[in-house]
Amino acid sequence: MADFSRIFTATTIALGLGLSPLAAAADQLIIGLQQEPTSLDPTADATASIDGMMTMNVFESLTIVAENGEVQPNLATSWEVSEDGLTYTFKLAEGVIFHDGTSFDAEDVVFSFNRAMAEESVNPSKDIFKPIETVTAVDPQTVEIKLSRKDAFFLFNMGQGDSSIVAAETADTNTTSPVGTGPFKFDSWTRGDRLTLVKNPDYRDAGDVALDKVEFRFISDPSAATAAMMAEELDAFPGFPAPELLAQFEADPRFRVNVGSTEGEVILAMNNSKPPFDNIEVRRAVATAVNRDEIIEGAMYGQAVPIGSFYPPHGTAYVDLTDAYPHDADKAKQMFTEAGVEGTTMTLRVPPFPYATRSAEIIQSELAAAGIDAKVENVEWGFWIDEVYKKKNYDMTIIAHTSPNDMGNFARGPSYFYGYDDAKFNELWAQIETESDPAKRDELLEEGQKYLSDQSVHVFMFQLPLLGIFRTGVEGYWSSAPVLYMPLKGVSNAG
Amino acid sequence: MGYFIFRRTAGFVLTLLVVSAVVFAVMNVLPGDPALTILGLDATDDALAALREQLGLNEPVLSRYFLWIWNAMQGDLGVSHSFRVPVSTLIAERLPMTVSLAVAGMIFTLIVALTLGIGAAARHRKVGDWGVMFLSQIGIAVPAFWLSMLLVLLFAVKLRWLPPGGFAGWSDPVAAMRSLILPTIALGVVQSAVLARVTRSSALEVMRQDFVRTARASGLSQRRVLWRHVLPNALVPIVTIVGMQFAALVTGTIVIENVFYLPGLGRLIFQSIANRDLPTVQALVMLFAAIVVTANFVVDLLYVVIDPRLKARS
Repeated sequence: MADFSRIFTATTIALGLGLSPLAAAADQLIIGLQQEPTSLDPTADATASIDGMMTMNVFESLTIVAENGEVQPNLATSWEVSEDGLTYTFKLAEGVIFHDGTSFDAEDVVFSFNRAMAEESVNPSKDIFKPIETVTAVDPQTVEIKLSRKDAFFLFNMGQGDSSIVAAETADTNTTSPVGTGPFKFDSWTRGDRLTLVKNPDYRDAGDVALDKVEFRFISDPSAATAAMMAEELDAFPGFPAPELLAQFEADPRFRVNVGSTEGEVILAMNNSKPPFDNIEVRRAVATAVNRDEIIEGAMYGQAVPIGSFYPPHGTAYVDLTDAYPHDADKAKQMFTEAGVEGTTMTLRVPPFPYATRSAEIIQSELAAAGIDAKVENVEWGFWIDEVYKKKNYDMTIIAHTSPNDMGNFARGPSYFYGYDDAKFNELWAQIETESDPAKRDELLEEGQKYLSDQSVHVFMFQLPLLGIFRTGVEGYWSSAPVLYMPLKGVSNAG
Repeated sequence: MGYFIFRRTAGFVLTLLVVSAVVFAVMNVLPGDPALTILGLDATDDALAALREQLGLNEPVLSRYFLWIWNAMQGDLGVSHSFRVPVSTLIAERLPMTVSLAVAGMIFTLIVALTLGIGAAARHRKVGDWGVMFLSQIGIAVPAFWLSMLLVLLFAVKLRWLPPGGFAGWSDPVAAMRSLILPTIALGVVQSAVLARVTRSSALEVMRQDFVRTARASGLSQRRVLWRHVLPNALVPIVTIVGMQFAALVTGTIVIENVFYLPGLGRLIFQSIANRDLPTVQALVMLFAAIVVTANFVVDLLYVVIDPRLKARS
């Protein structure tokens, strides 16, 4: 209603002044993004910006993960879970149509999931569909999903971009002209420059959508992004790449700065399968040598929350373990000497992300203070993926793990690049994964955090912040990101 | 003349072949898996295998290379691994941007450099000459990306006269021109500084010659002497440099397009290398190589036109 009266007033004033109604700018939003996607289909490409633009805006899933991490109804208006926790019966929203005019029903859900689970599927999160045994359309408004084992994260995962519901007629062309059921329709994409969405007038809650048009502009260079914001070419930069440049926006009344949290744990990963890091004492020595506060101050300009284990501080099961290995260079030196690695050289291979390269330099000097000569190698992303991630050819590296609920990484065994293989943790994770009582699951997650911290698998450094800059008047943006998407349904721009 | 053109064409084709083989080899030797880059760190092994199959990465390198050459000769540059559309479509989308920028940069360079260079020669060892030499020294020393940032801070952020970046295409010519002004200056300054110096010294050399003295003695105005007699005779070294500069301008767009977030080929090649998008990188490197080789070829032809002595020899 407020929106309506605002538009009404604006139009009246515009007409009264004999102007063309250019005041419509208030219903538009121009958003800057650092990463440009190469494709627009969240079910076929892992690029985070695809989710950022498409998921829950153009595409929708059965459930939606709210800003606080809670799973809420979306295309499924309600669901029932069987006693044994293996059968989910979803009731689907009625009167939903795809952007191409075709109707949405249970068959679309069956198609989407079978497509994601198929052998030739290239879904980047194929793992989340593994527990699913069958997907059946009971009637046009009811879908039944049978699992082969209990999955505590099932409803959460059904709300991810990888589980978007797509139509059989348009699935193959979603990479370039996405068709979904969401509040916004894809309008146009000039590769390398901008992508435009327009409001879907047939959306079931169209009245809640304030924006008529949303334009994303792709600006990878941090100084160019700053200039574009300062010149008021953009209304918002929700994932601003440079913490060092935030101060000037904070001081400027034209802007509002928001520092939120993400699911990204930044770790100093150590190759647990290789000497010297197969020795727990060496790993603990590294943890003792590293000073998180110094890294956060130096690499992130103070804009990050330290972590002591592999779990986000905003999560319900979080335990603060940042004091487990208090920083003490002398003690670390002694520990390195006792383990017989003092004076050795270790390589630190870092991918080309500012948080990683900046942290690496500080860690290098901290390790030097503890008698270890760390050789920093700045490598390109393709090289990192191949040599570090795939071939596990590294001593130490720095990387952010941005997926939600990803403590299971430590249960991925020796084939995963951590080189960590621990029967006790595997068992614990199996319990976590199948525990459907949230309170009990949180207890187990706490146990998991303590175990990983005690084992000192890696140095857990800080949670990647979500730095957002908005022009005053832009409201309704999520301040934190529990998932990769940013719904624009509730966002408005007072101009 | 016929033999000359035949020899150059053969060289042209051979160069492109060598470039294609080198790029293909380098991209295949370099670590980096396109499928993993697209699907990310959580991807399962069978999803990766399925994508590799889709992208044709399971074929042996050599057969992929020859298939690529064969298709390219028929005008089919393949499908981009990351964008999943034909590479020719991508290039066609981006070409107008890069060509607009390179041509604007060239025009800027020619106007600024010839005016300043000839002007400096005319005021040899006077304040104007020193001024031009000093400015060109700065122009050569300033990195393009730094100059870009200064221009943006002043004209886009502070004064709000011009946009800080972006290019929406030529459908709105006024907006297009406005977005091209700052990138053109950033791109052209270094080149004009180099060319101004070459023009100046070439012009000074010509001015020492007898026919210029004769022209002066016969009462022609300074301006007429400079533009009608000195400049045409000073052109040979200038044309050589301009040819090389055009190639430098085209490749210089890579930096400029990234700083001004312009949707051109330079930004595309940057992105494609990071994504290990082999078909796109391959096609773009070939295109850039073709532009450089063609520029040299045109320079050689121009020599013959400008310098009658060469025509007599060939």
